[in-house]
Amino acid sequence: MPSTTYAGTSVEVNEEGFFEDPSEWTEAMAPQIAREQGIDELTEPHWQVIKFMRAEYAEKGTGPTVRVLGKTSGVTVKELYQLFPKGPAKMAAKIAGIPKPRGCI
Amino acid sequence: MGGMTKRIVILGGGTGGTLGANRLRRIFSEEDVEIVVVDQNDDHVYQPGLLFVPFGLAHTDEIIRSRRHQIYEGVEFRQVPIQQVDTAGSTVHLADGSELGYDVLVVATGSVLVKEETEGLTGPGWMEKVFTFYDVAGAAALHDALDAFDGGRLVVNVVDMPIKCPVAPLEFCFLADWFFQQVGIRDRVDLTYVTPLDGAFTKPVASKTLTGLLEQKGVSLVTEFNTGEVDGAGGRLISYDGREVGFDLAVVVPLHGGADYVARSPGLGDELGFVPVDPHTLQSHTTPNIFAIGDAAGVPTSKAGSVTHFEGEVLVENVRRFLADEPLDASFDGHANCFIETGFGKALLIDFNYDTEPLPGHYPASVGLPLLKESRLNHLGKLMFQPLYWHSLLPGRDLPGVGSAMPARGKDTQGVR
Repeated sequence: MPSTTYAGTSVEVNEEGFFEDPSEWTEAMAPQIAREQGIDELTEPHWQVIKFMRAEYAEKGTGPTVRVLGKTSGVTVKELYQLFPKGPAKMAAKIAGIPKPRGCI
Repeated sequence: MGGMTKRIVILGGGTGGTLGANRLRRIFSEEDVEIVVVDQNDDHVYQPGLLFVPFGLAHTDEIIRSRRHQIYEGVEFRQVPIQQVDTAGSTVHLADGSELGYDVLVVATGSVLVKEETEGLTGPGWMEKVFTFYDVAGAAALHDALDAFDGGRLVVNVVDMPIKCPVAPLEFCFLADWFFQQVGIRDRVDLTYVTPLDGAFTKPVASKTLTGLLEQKGVSLVTEFNTGEVDGAGGRLISYDGREVGFDLAVVVPLHGGADYVARSPGLGDELGFVPVDPHTLQSHTTPNIFAIGDAAGVPTSKAGSVTHFEGEVLVENVRRFLADEPLDASFDGHANCFIETGFGKALLIDFNYDTEPLPGHYPASVGLPLLKESRLNHLGKLMFQPLYWHSLLPGRDLPGVGSAMPARGKDTQGVR
């Protein structure tokens, strides 16, 4: 299992870079993960989405899809793509330290 | 049951509502339990048939029957739109102003197409060069459009999951390849499958097989494309991240949601209008006297008729146990079983559940239909299914050799590449 270091702490991630254990994540790690994803600075709307992803994961055991994010996070799908250009659900999940959203079947 | 007649209200007279009502009628006497099915119309569509309509392989008349006539005597059928459900008061409010109280509610109103949620989809070009085959009118109009099509770029696009029958858009591609070869213009048609997923299908082993089949049939694949806009006039699909796919004819599978009344009923559904239920018992997470079956249920498996059929047994047993104050049966395993039509009289078959992805092998055991492999036998299986649907599945009879739980025998768990 690959591991990497964020904010001075070693954490386990999978091959795609998603956290194996979301409880290892801290807010201090997010800016560094974001930079690796090409986001230089996390703004207030970024944090709104990240915190929403954490809360959804805690409640439902999986991160929301882009469509559900657009309906429930208070940020529209278009804005979500401006914030997280490589795909909001996946990018935000990675920065928020939760597994890749299961999406659908 | 203590003398008083109980009432079970079933919302929706499609696959789940019909087979649920018929199975429940068999286990309860009319003195003990009154059963009411509510639906806004009397058209029961055999939805797997919609795939064949655009290619002239089925006609819309052949796939629609009366809902009422599929439901046993002794079950009341009320044709009226649903206004909302008062979950706390155990009452359904109907559009004609009447109310229907219940002891148990079964939500079986399936999913609806929310075309308007995608910018431009129903704008200029809709039903002229942008179609869907996911409803009767769309499938019939697409038949005329395919007949008139004399070459160019045909794209098949899934806007986002979840959708009914996630293999149907792939089947459409395979049949389109066959169809244009039959009419002799395949060399003039450029076929492209555009999906939000990172491969042809959601599950890895089947995705690999199906991606290979697309390639073999000369269908281009565009992945991770989240359609933000359909520009019918300009002939372009535009993704949220700014990519474009041009078309002369687009076949779009629109976004899906639960029935409209679900959103009007506080506490009933999730943000997409599906009813969150325990994946093994089908009981609502929030309201114990509510159950859901079929596409309406928010459970992590495919929205498919086979799933609905397999859910039927657990649903009916749990409604009985709930009314008898017994612990529920948590045995539904997410079983799905889908024939995938691949053209030229062949089909492949996939069989899976919550925990086991579609694997190669045979169904239901080592002597049986080949899994994840094209064969003529699977195509015949798919054709044979339609009469079984009307005459065995809807009346709530068990199909010979087809159990509710997924059979592990016959699956090649070692040979997975």
